[in-house]
Amino acid sequence: MTVEELITKLDLRCICKADMSISVSGGYASDLLSDVIGNAKANNIWITLQTNKNVLAVADLKELAGIIFVKGLEPQAEVIEKAKEEGINLLVTNESTFDIAGKMYQLMAKVNESI
Amino acid sequence: MKAYKADLHIHTVLSPCADLDMSPVKIIEEAKRKGLGIIGITDHNSTKNCLVTQKLGAKHNIYVLLGIEINTCEEVHCLAFFPNEETMISFQDYIEAGIQKFPNDVNKFGHQIIVDAEENILGQEENLLIMSIDQGIEEIVQKVHELEGIVIPAHVNRQPNGLFYQLGVMPTDIDFDAIEIYPKPDVNTWLSNQPELKDYNLIQNSDAHDLQQIGKRFNLLYLNSLNFEEIATELKRRGEK
Repeated sequence: MTVEELITKLDLRCICKADMSISVSGGYASDLLSDVIGNAKANNIWITLQTNKNVLAVADLKELAGIIFVKGLEPQAEVIEKAKEEGINLLVTNESTFDIAGKMYQLMAKVNESI
Repeated sequence: MKAYKADLHIHTVLSPCADLDMSPVKIIEEAKRKGLGIIGITDHNSTKNCLVTQKLGAKHNIYVLLGIEINTCEEVHCLAFFPNEETMISFQDYIEAGIQKFPNDVNKFGHQIIVDAEENILGQEENLLIMSIDQGIEEIVQKVHELEGIVIPAHVNRQPNGLFYQLGVMPTDIDFDAIEIYPKPDVNTWLSNQPELKDYNLIQNSDAHDLQQIGKRFNLLYLNSLNFEEIATELKRRGEK
């Protein structure tokens, strides 16, 4: 499943479009940056309510497929600008972390089943 | 009794996010230029540039507090200050044992450099210092107090890493020594809605990551003599502002 497909299937809003062809390896839901640095895997989609600029450094460091901000939260314009420069996919959902993670999990499970 | 200008939250070149200019010798020069009598050295999760700065400060009549900016497991930033080298080293060992190990990437996060008084590089901290430690706020407060140090949650009203944002509420059963607030435009309104903070000594510091920021915010401490105990007592003052 690519980032592009995820966006369509989960009805996400894209606020920074980078490489949408990345194949998503899974998801990681956490609002503690140290935790993501320590535990997320490459090409994971990160689900979080943290919108501060430090999330970009983390996404870049861990080579994440993108970040989904939950509950309709959006980072400031300067953060979005920086994401554009750095080529990080930023996505938004109005759903809660639990709901979007649950939906994404089910989606990925179906994809893995069919492989 | 004398009034001392005190900026208690200053990073050195050991913190990855601080400028390469933030060597102990340049920090002391800048602090002197700005008339600061007391400064606190508070690098992320490390005290390795504290002693050198304190020794340099002593030659220039600047009292340097041996400090640290701890990143707890709740990702709350807390400043802590220690009465002497021995207790500081004890806490340094404690922090090193508790910090989440992740290798620093100097290109992404910056350098973490340990320096001497002549700006010679003594070494680099390999583990990323902005990671969190295993211990939570309550535990580190207890540990610092055991070492007769003081704990001041940093920029409590700032996001990220401010206590109020990370926890949502002020813990009422933890004995902080003072509270550092961040001067957001709405800070007075915000404060009027935090009755738990009413009696605490609220301080503001620069959180300097470059030389220019040093002394940008400071406190006036009224002391009879310049030593850790007096400074700690003054910071812990409750009630009257």
